[in-house]
Amino acid sequence: MTPAPRTLPASPLAAPGTRRLGLVVNPVAGIGGPAGLKGSDGADVQAQAVARGATPRATARAVAALRTVVRIFPGVEVFTAGGVLGADAAAQAGLPGRVVATGPVHGTAADTVRAARELSAAGVDLLLFAGGDGTARDIHDAVGEGIAVLGIPAGVKMYSACFAVSPVVAGTLAADWLAGRVDSASSADVLDIDEEAIRTGQAEPRLYGTVRIPRVQGRTQARKTAAPASAAAAVRRAAAGASILLRPGTRYLLGPGGTMRALAELIGVPKTPLGFDVVEDGHVLHADADESALLAAAAGGPCQAVVTVIGGQGFILGRGNQQLSARVLRALGKDALMVVATDDKLTELGGRPLLVDSGDPALDHALSGYTRVVTGPGTSTLYPVRAPEHHSIDTDGT
Amino acid sequence: MSLPIAPKPRLRRFHQARWDEPIIFELSTPGERGVLVPRPEPKVRDAVGDVVAALPEGVRRPTPPRLPEIAQMRVLRHYLRLSQQNLGADLNIDVGQGTCTMKYSPKVNEAVINTPKLADLHPLQAEASAQGVLEVFWQLERMLAEISGMDRVSLHSAAGSAAIWTNVAMIRAYHAARGEGDQRTEVITTIFSHPSNAACAEMAGYDVITIHPDADGYPDIDALKAAVSDRTAALLITNPEDTGIFNPRIREFVDIVHGVGGLAAYDQANANGILGITQARAAGFDLCHFNLHKTFSTPHACGGPAAGASGVSAELAPFLPGPLVEYDGDHFFLDHNRPQSIGKVAPFYGVTPNIVRAYAWIRALGAEGLRAVAETAVLNNNYLLKRVLDIPGASAPYASGRRRIEQVRYSWQELHEQTGVTSEEIGLRVADFGAHYWTSHHPHVVPQPFTLEPTESYSKDELDEYADILAEVAREARETPDVVRTAPHNQTVHHTHHDDLDDPERWAITWRAYRRKHFGEHP
Repeated sequence: MTPAPRTLPASPLAAPGTRRLGLVVNPVAGIGGPAGLKGSDGADVQAQAVARGATPRATARAVAALRTVVRIFPGVEVFTAGGVLGADAAAQAGLPGRVVATGPVHGTAADTVRAARELSAAGVDLLLFAGGDGTARDIHDAVGEGIAVLGIPAGVKMYSACFAVSPVVAGTLAADWLAGRVDSASSADVLDIDEEAIRTGQAEPRLYGTVRIPRVQGRTQARKTAAPASAAAAVRRAAAGASILLRPGTRYLLGPGGTMRALAELIGVPKTPLGFDVVEDGHVLHADADESALLAAAAGGPCQAVVTVIGGQGFILGRGNQQLSARVLRALGKDALMVVATDDKLTELGGRPLLVDSGDPALDHALSGYTRVVTGPGTSTLYPVRAPEHHSIDTDGT
Repeated sequence: MSLPIAPKPRLRRFHQARWDEPIIFELSTPGERGVLVPRPEPKVRDAVGDVVAALPEGVRRPTPPRLPEIAQMRVLRHYLRLSQQNLGADLNIDVGQGTCTMKYSPKVNEAVINTPKLADLHPLQAEASAQGVLEVFWQLERMLAEISGMDRVSLHSAAGSAAIWTNVAMIRAYHAARGEGDQRTEVITTIFSHPSNAACAEMAGYDVITIHPDADGYPDIDALKAAVSDRTAALLITNPEDTGIFNPRIREFVDIVHGVGGLAAYDQANANGILGITQARAAGFDLCHFNLHKTFSTPHACGGPAAGASGVSAELAPFLPGPLVEYDGDHFFLDHNRPQSIGKVAPFYGVTPNIVRAYAWIRALGAEGLRAVAETAVLNNNYLLKRVLDIPGASAPYASGRRRIEQVRYSWQELHEQTGVTSEEIGLRVADFGAHYWTSHHPHVVPQPFTLEPTESYSKDELDEYADILAEVAREARETPDVVRTAPHNQTVHHTHHDDLDDPERWAITWRAYRRKHFGEHP
């Protein structure tokens, strides 16, 4: 096979206004998985993985996604970072591409962040990235909720909700987005675990923020009920369900997540994106409250924490909302929690329970069982809640 | 010597007729008429006078209705063309319309309802002159009571979901009569129950609590135990659920709800797999309902008119909508004197043509025939299950390795991950072979879902044809995915923008609504 050039010319087919696809590959993503290393963060781990005979697979997965893109949308114009950060994958996929992000490759997270920023500045319409949770975090750091992004699953850990289910599906969605067949983007949580902690058996995924991903609403959905027509409408519906349960004279600790943001909008108060806000009777008493502020709020009369499901794993406690500690929960007493989520969030769990990880096993046990999840005005789902088993977290990288 | 008959391909080379047919309002020409009615002779006119003037002011239209003006044969061509652009029940194998229970509506029953004896009946005529149809109502009520084990049945509801609403209204009346109306504010249902249960309870003002299945695909009984309380008004549940899995612990579910003073309502909209095999009352249910267009063969009719039957225990009978048909040993009559009745849920008595069709269907089959319907439907479903599971990329989540009752909610998730092709796209490609695709999978619990329900109506050859189509489309998804992704190719309509169908500001199912929403007209 003829080696493909590193730098590819822009497609002659790419007419002005053609949608541009950005691509970033984290070349070492997933390298630790087959080697049983529970992640691939850090140069030491990567070297260890290579020593164990691991080969990078992110490029191969990106190639599979790109081949799908070009099959469906031949006029695609691909913008990449140089070499292993994307251009290699584009070349292997036989795609005309343009390297806009150049510069030295250090083999660190900074490569991903820099490439994503430069691709965003180059005006790509969608940024495909191949990697895992760590890569998603870097993409979030680079573009936030700016341009739409989509993950090609290639990592070991994929707790974040911004990955397609397979490389082919990522390519299909990307092509449909470029061709203008996907109308809307929706928010997806980005989570990451501290890999040093997971290697020692203490998994602590944290919510880092949200990115925008293409969202396809199936025609086969919701024909017999008055279900919301869009993901955003479903979130508003769940938030509306919570809002009518709020009682005057009660303090509410509004946690992080898009559903809580929608609830804050309904109440008419500002919301700290990743933190807790103490709200009573339509006023914020304390923005971005830490554990001690939450304890103070809980001591001041009737008080309830309002939380939603964070990420794709079903956590309602202990991921992205660690301020709501075991001490705060004990102070809140009975009915400490109001759980709010869309029906989709629950059905996407595929039957797996909601998870609570307060750091206090006795409290987690007490919170286990079934909880009522508010899904809309007058509607709720009774859903199982369990404490996670730290050592059962899937790390086989598949 | 006869001419050889050319062999036909295994899969049909179907193509839908396409007519680019305008809407009938667009075909209208002012003054064009189908039938020219002769002007009355002067003597007649003088004798009758101004008939319009004799009508009360309130019932006279100030302006004539804006109906299309079009000659008769153009009308015929118009509707015949439209019918050719449709995948009607009499045209295709529609087992893909799972949950809808598409079965054959015998044509002889059309002849029965079109007799002048029935067609010329007026709902306001004297009972003494309508004994025949009253007896049909009375008999069908008793047949459905026998099928369900319930004590009394009402045929008033004008649709299946309306019958669920009727049941919810009776549940509310029952608790109100016991002084617990304000206290019992919650209705419990399951995520795989007929979605109309949750919808009707919500419409009736109840808080609705939904329960998900356990790992085996059964409704989670521990979740039910956690959900019930003295606020529980009722459990509304389907069995088998839309997964086709029968819940063998259903009696325990009913007992748990009874234990807190709630009622249990069995959604038997689709009773096709259990006719003559189980009875709602035997499992302890207080109420049940049937959709006559699902189990009892009356036409689905593009969304109506349907007919629903509500069955109840003796304790709830006083709350049935009224009037009820009674028999004094000599005459059938309507009993209006029912003080605890929830009242009217539809005009007059119910959708009489469908009641008569269902009556005729049951009479033609008899008790053994009804059981044979269920057994055949279950056998058909499990044969198709085997054929579908032989297709690489298809699966049947939950209850792995076990048989199902009358339908199965399948998944194309594996094929989707491998090819990027979605269940929706596969369904639209199925239409290219002249067979119906799937549309009813709410809620979206099973990924890339498709629900197939063969009923008793389809032959083994037809089930094989449908399975062959699915296998062919699955093969295409791997080998030529873009053929599937861009389907349908052999249909009149390519893709629709379903936002137009989901947005209440835009959808228009009548010409008047279309003119109002899109042109701001207020006729």
